[in-house]
This record gives sequence, structure tokens and C-alpha cells, in this order.
Amino acid sequence: MSDAQSPDFDPVEPNTGEDFEPVEVFPDSDDFDLRPGADSCYKCSTCDTNCPVAEVDDEFPGPKFQGPEQWRLKQTDDDYEIDDSVMSCSNCMRCDNACPSGVPLSQMHNTARGEYVSEQMDKLSVEYVRNRILANYRTSAWFASKVPRLANFAMNFGPARWVMEKTMGITSERDFPEFAQRTFREWWADRGGADASRRNAREARERRGEPAEADKKVAYFHGCYSNYNTPEVGKAMVHVFEHFGYEVVAPEQKCSGTPMFANGMLDDARRHAEVNVSSMSDLVDQGYDAIASCTSCSMALRQEYPELFDIDGIEDVAANTFEAIEYLRIHEDIRDEIRAADVSGDLADEFAYHAPCHARNQGLDRQAVELFRDLEGVGIEDVGESCSGISGTYGWKEEKYEKSMEIGDEMFDHMEHAEGSTGMTECPTCAMQMEHGTGYEIRHPLELLQAALVE
Amino acid sequence: MAIESEVLVVGGGLAGLTSAIAAAREGADVRLVSYKQSTLRHASGLVDLLGYTPDGEGPLTDPYAAMADLPASHPYRTVGVDTVREAMSMFDEVTDYEGGHTDTNALLPTHGGTVKPTARYPRGAAAGIASDDRDVLLVGIEEMTDFDAPHAAAHLDAAGVPFDVRGETIRFPGDLRADAKVTRYAKLLDTDGEVAVRGRKRPAREALAARVNPLIDDETRVGFPSILGDDHADEVRRDLGERLGADVFEVPMGPPSLPGLRLEDALFEALDESGASFETGNPIVDYEGEDVIERVFMEKNGARIPLSADQYVLATGGLVGKGIESDREGVVEPVFGCHVPHSDDRYDWFDTDVFGDHPFAGFGVETDADLRPLAADGTVEFDNLRAAGGVLGGYDFAAEKSGSGVSIATGYAAGTSAAAEGQ
Ligand SMILES: Cc1cc2nc3c(=O)[nH]c(=O)nc-3n(C[C@H](O)[C@H](O)[C@H](O)COP(=O)(O)OP(=O)(O)OC[C@H]3O[C@@H](n4cnc5c(N)ncnc54)[C@H](O)[C@@H]3O)c2cc1C
Ligand code: SF4
Ligand code: SF4
Repeated sequence: MSDAQSPDFDPVEPNTGEDFEPVEVFPDSDDFDLRPGADSCYKCSTCDTNCPVAEVDDEFPGPKFQGPEQWRLKQTDDDYEIDDSVMSCSNCMRCDNACPSGVPLSQMHNTARGEYVSEQMDKLSVEYVRNRILANYRTSAWFASKVPRLANFAMNFGPARWVMEKTMGITSERDFPEFAQRTFREWWADRGGADASRRNAREARERRGEPAEADKKVAYFHGCYSNYNTPEVGKAMVHVFEHFGYEVVAPEQKCSGTPMFANGMLDDARRHAEVNVSSMSDLVDQGYDAIASCTSCSMALRQEYPELFDIDGIEDVAANTFEAIEYLRIHEDIRDEIRAADVSGDLADEFAYHAPCHARNQGLDRQAVELFRDLEGVGIEDVGESCSGISGTYGWKEEKYEKSMEIGDEMFDHMEHAEGSTGMTECPTCAMQMEHGTGYEIRHPLELLQAALVE
Repeated sequence: MAIESEVLVVGGGLAGLTSAIAAAREGADVRLVSYKQSTLRHASGLVDLLGYTPDGEGPLTDPYAAMADLPASHPYRTVGVDTVREAMSMFDEVTDYEGGHTDTNALLPTHGGTVKPTARYPRGAAAGIASDDRDVLLVGIEEMTDFDAPHAAAHLDAAGVPFDVRGETIRFPGDLRADAKVTRYAKLLDTDGEVAVRGRKRPAREALAARVNPLIDDETRVGFPSILGDDHADEVRRDLGERLGADVFEVPMGPPSLPGLRLEDALFEALDESGASFETGNPIVDYEGEDVIERVFMEKNGARIPLSADQYVLATGGLVGKGIESDREGVVEPVFGCHVPHSDDRYDWFDTDVFGDHPFAGFGVETDADLRPLAADGTVEFDNLRAAGGVLGGYDFAAEKSGSGVSIATGYAAGTSAAAEGQ
């Protein structure tokens, strides 16, 4: 091994300074620490060239200001309060990827936003209440899933939407996502849960000529969206993994916390994170890897949790969390199987693919395009590096709606110039924005993989 | 299992991109992996081949002619002048840069008001060329303090340019915030978005032209700092030019640099078209192998992802790009631990004169004729590893004005040679 030869170089570690420990932001301590990494900033402004919000919003001073500069201001002025512009950061995390000296920008923004919301924001304000409702999508989705038909009707009922916009600042321009008649978890339980998956995986291994006892098992973090809204994505994930001989389990889980980070609701996020880490870390101990089909969920488990919270077992969970297709690319000869496969029927199509910002951050922005370009019967085209503009809850806010569409404009434009008129992306909210801006139907890469390899 | 390819390029700057494109064009199955964005975003976007000799003679008229006299350890000598030419013609094919019609250096005005010898320049800078004798108006934006147009004009005048040059400063219409980002200006002009001028909304290009029009005397060229669009830069320039009745050009700026960013985009597009795969955002931190590299490991939040290839190219940049690291103990190439020649005495790394001849500027790995890094005893470190760009030693890009040229030439040579062996 080469360990001996590569001494202190550790380009991986975000530059958090000497003995930095994640801050216990909630609930035991309200001591927000913006410091980690601030000193390494040499003001090159590379981060600013990556910020989609600064590109369209005159009020937004950009990532360099939100992170390292606010920290400096706090140092020189004891009464300095976090600037309210931090609420305009959409938490796309694009700036993270840019900094040549490893300043952990999005971590600083998340911390600053947490401090702003906890200490400066009026808890009775419409904005706070609205943000809290948007951030806790899971709760609304849970209610709605009990009466999906009624919810689908009510949520998009014109007069109700007008009231929501006027009183709560939730834009009436958008259609609420549809709730599935049967959630992923209901499907999973009806199908026989983990036992059924174990049987299927075993059969697949025999068919593939792999040892029956092979240790191939994954814990699926399906997230809220593929549970309540697009169970077809969750089902595709299960089918594809079983096809490769993996036993799937679907442990107890809450929201990944992504919408809460973006709204500075760190105490909410932490509560959910604790449940997720506790159920995932038990499984990781038993040799499972955690798999997500939503790139914001995998981002939260891999990066945001360990950056913000000190939860037992989180480092292990982070190091063993993967995006679904990424995992197969590492462990299986998926490229060969795809080259031998073809797709016909419903999904034999040309796709306009958009890489979500949170996929980009995990180095996954090229994955779908490079994989499917060898697949017979379909075409796939990258529609460029623009952010879709919705950034989770950002584009749902009445005052942000237009900026969100302005950011997305380049993507809509590229989609319309692309060969196909079906969209593809890993992120459920990007999918919403793609559909909203172009009217295209949007699919998830796992659905295409299922069509190619399983059906 | 590991993610496999024939040629794996580590680093996504000018050198890495050039070698990946070259290797893919030779038909190899190529993958490029890069940690952060490259130093192109810091650079001016001009492509310098050789502006001055190591002894400071210059500006050089013919960079190719001067290459034969470079020290034997210089990367241009390693790859040879013919390869430099081939590399530059591949660069010309995959970008829309100007300057390829001649061997001689062009002279371009910089934002500081100096004139710089350069081999290739973006189309947007073309109308600003200093050997042209048409009069120039430089327009500065009050909020952008990096470019003081009257000051730059006075400097150019003092440098003896063959035309009259004046500088004027305006406020960008719409009163953007004082620290607006270059991308904010570019986006506004790209989309011709609306700005409010005295309470009235007007398209940004029209409003900008309206501010500049009264300032023009009989100049037929107008230079702006490089903020004129990103995706639709040509259209923005053309449109402004028509409204001003003059040729419009961009003056290359310091970081963050829009021309550098556009060049990066163009090269990634060419890479995509060549059929290569690429991935950015995570570093390569380790490898396995003795005399040959068997595989390398990418680090993702504590997970180690294996990637394997037949041939590897190391293009991780110099001290700025983090391809070479130094601390009080010494100087190292951190990914493969390749030997970097340097004096044991730290006080020999720099010259006591701030502007002196600093050895650290030339720090980097030493190679054989095929660009394979050499160990301290002069033997090849790994049979299947080549190095390109800023990670190489033996040249001082800042003093010679040779940064991009060396990256392109050695990237091309390393990529071509890796492809020939890797297939
Ligand atoms: C401020 C500045 C101004 C300049 N101005 C000019 C100019 O006007 N004209 C000119 O010709 N030249 C200029 N240069 C020089 C020129 O830009 C560089 O010499 C050249 O671009 C270097 O290219 P490179 O590919 O070797 O390295 P870089 O551009 O540094 O790229 C290295 C890449 O490797 C990646 N990397 C590093 N470590 C790892 C790892 N472990 N794993 C994966 N990836 C890794 C980095 O993230 C980076 O993307 C300038 C340079 C600087 C710094
Ligand atoms: S990219 Fe990093 S060093 Fe440059 S300004 Fe942003 S935080 Fe600072
Ligand atoms: S996270 Fe996105 S929106 Fe927020 S500062 Fe960074 S780049 Fe801008």
C-alpha cells in the first residue's frame, strides 16, 4: 500500500481547522459556530461564480459573503447579527464544489441560517410558519396519503390556492404533486417485506451463478417523495437491486431533513436525523449499505448530518451511504449488462436529462448520461449545467417564484432544444420544476434501468 | 469490482482536459476525475505559449523559435516543438479561440493597462488587439473596482500603443448591488433582462448602450471588462456593437474570470463530444501498486471508491491547484508520492528579493522523455503514469508567461502516449 508515501495530504477533509467538532446546535446548546474553515478563504470569489441565486437576485450577496465574510464580521463586531439575506440561499450547495481551499461553504450557510432562524426570526411571522409547513412536507404528505384523492383535489383547488398564496406566501403558480393511491411502504408490506426480498434475491443469485449465501444486502432510504408521491421509483429500485441479487430492507425512517436545512429549521432536522441514523447505523453494523434513490437524501446522510450534528454512528452511516445507481456501478458490471440490453415499449424514448445540484455535488452529474448512452432503444442528452431553480422549497415561496423560474430558464431552453420530449432526473423537486417549465413528463433513471434489465 | 477504463486522467484543469480529449480522440476509453474546479477560473482566459525567456528577455515575437534555446529540463524541450504545434492545433479545433493563423504572439491589452504577448485569445478579446491602429474607448464599471478604465488607458498610452485610447467610467444601469458578481452582469446581458433606469424598465443591453453612446467621440473600438454574457457572449457583443456603431471587445480580467470559465465549459463540451467520461467533486487520495499503478481510490465522505485503468495521467496542477504541496518539512506530490526535487534547506526555496528568481516557482516532478515522473535515483516511478501541466517542474509559468501553453502541450503529449499504450 501507498499510505506511507502520501503523508499529510488529505484533500478530502473539509478545512475545518484544528480540532473542530460538529457543533451541538440543538437542543442542548445554542452556540452556533461559523468558524470552521473561514480562515482558509483567500477571497478568490470562485464560489460566487457558481451561485445561481446571485446570478439573478440583486439582493443576494453570494456565498463568499454568507460564509467566511459573515464570520469575519462577527469577529470584529460583537453585536453583529446574521444578515437576513441568508434566507435567500437555496442550499443548492453548488458553492461547496468550487472552493479551491476547501472552505465548507454550505455548512457555514446552514449554521448561519440556523442561527438566524433560531435567534432573529419572529416565530409568529407568516414567513416562519410558512417555512415550517414547507419544511415539514413529510407531515402534510402523511396526512394527504391517508386520503390521496381528496388531497389531490383540495391541494390544487383554485380558491384554496389563492388563499394559500395571499395568507401564507405559497405560490399559486405551481401544481401540488399528486399523492399516490398506494404508498411505497404499503406496497412493500403487501408484497411480503424483507422476507420476500430475501427470496427474490436468492433466486436471482442462483440465476446469475453467484453463491447462494453471498453477502449482498442493502437498506433502502426511500425518503418522503418516493413513498408518498412516486412509489414507482421505489419499486424500480427494489426490482433492480433484487435483479442483481441484493436483499433489500426498508427500515423505519423520517424525512432526510433537506427541506429543513434549507429553511434553517435545524431542531426539526435533527429530530428526524436521529431516527434515520439510529435505524441505518444498526443495519450498517450488520453489513448493510444505505442506498437512496433521491440525491438530496443521500447528500443529507453523507454530508450534512456529519457536518452539522454529532450523532452516534453518523460517520459510519455516511461512509456507507450511496446513491442507488452509483452503488451498482461500483459493485456490478452494470455497463456490460446495459450494453447487452435494449428497451422497447413505453420507455423506448429520447430523454432530456438534468443533473440535480445535489447529484453534482456527489460527483454523480454524468452518471445517467454515460450509462445510458450505451443502451439500445433510447437516447439521452445532458441539458447542461444550469440549476433547475426550484431548490426544494425555494421555488414554492411566493416571493421567490419568479427568480426560481429565471434560474430555470436556461434549463427549460436546453430541454426544448433537446431531441426528446421526456425529461429525466434523480431529484423529485427538479422533476417538478422541469415539468412545470416545459410540460414534459419526467422519469427517474431507476425506472429506465428497470425497463432495460428487469422487465 | 472497480470502475474501469483504458486511460484515467486525474485532474480537470487545462492539462487534464487536453490529455483526456487527446486520448479519447485516439480511440481510447477515457475517464477524467477532478476534485475542484480548475485554476482556469483564476486565469485571464488568454492562452500564453511563451512570452519571455527564462532570463526575462521579451516580449518574444515567435515563441516556437525561442523554444530551442530553453534549458533541456523545460517541458517544451521534453515534448519537442512539433508536439507543441500539434497540441495547439488540437486546441484550435476544439475551441473558437483566435490567433491560430500565425506563429507569432499577439499583443493584448490587460485590465491593468499593460500589453501582454499571448498565443491564443478568445474571440471576445479580438477587437482589442494592440497592433491594430484604430482608436479605443475603454469603459469601466464604477462597481467593478478591479478595472479602472482611465488609469488603464493612461498606462496603455504610456506603453506607446499605436492608437489613441481614452477611459471612461459609468454606473451599470439598474444600480446593481456594489459587489454584484460577474455572473450577475453576464446573466443580465445574456437574457437581456430588464433593469430599472430612472423608474423605467429597459432591456439591459439597450440601457448599457444608452449610457456609453454619449461618451464615444470617434473611437471605432469600445472595450468593456469581461462581463459581456456567458452562454450568448457573441450575441451580446454583436448587439452592443450595433447599438454603439463600434467594434466591442472584452478586456481580460483577474479572478473570477468569465473568459476562463467559458474556456472551461468549451473544453468540457469537447470532452463530452469525444466520448470520454468524467466526474468532478471528489479527490483521488490513494493508489495500489508497486511499479505499475493498479488502481486508485476516490474519497467520498469516508467511502473509498476504486477506479482502475491501464494508463494514468497525473494533471493535478501546481502549488495553486494543489497538485504540489509544501510544508516546513519539504515539497511533495501528494497523490502518488512522486519525487519533487528541492533543496533540503527551506531557505533555498525562495530568493530574498521578492521579485527575484524563486526556485519554488519551478517546483514540480521531473520526467523522462515520455513524461513519466522520475524518482530521486532517476528511475521511472511507475511504468503507466505520465504527468502533465502545473505538476511538472522545470519551468516558471508566471515569469515566462507559458502556463497554458505548457499545460496544453504536455497534456496532449501525455494523453496521446497513454492512449497508444493503453489500448
Ligand atoms: C492566478 C493565476 C493566473 C494565471 N494567468 C494565466 C494567464 O494569463 N495566461 C496563461 O497562459 N496562464 C495563466 N495561468 C496559468 C495557467 O492557468 C495554469 O498554468 C494552467 O491552467 C494549469 O493547468 P493544470 O491543468 O496543470 O492545473 P490546474 O488548473 O491547477 O488544475 C488542476 C486540477 O486538478 C484537480 N486536483 C488536484 N488534486 C486532485 C486530486 N487529488 N484528485 C483529483 N483532482 C485533483 C484540481 O481540483 C484542479 O481541478 C494563471 C494561473 C493562476 C493561478
Ligand atoms: S472559493 Fe473559497 S477561497 Fe475563494 S472566495 Fe469562496 S470561500 Fe473564499
Ligand atoms: S448554496 Fe447555492 S444558493 Fe446558497 S450560496 Fe451556495 S451556491 Fe448560492
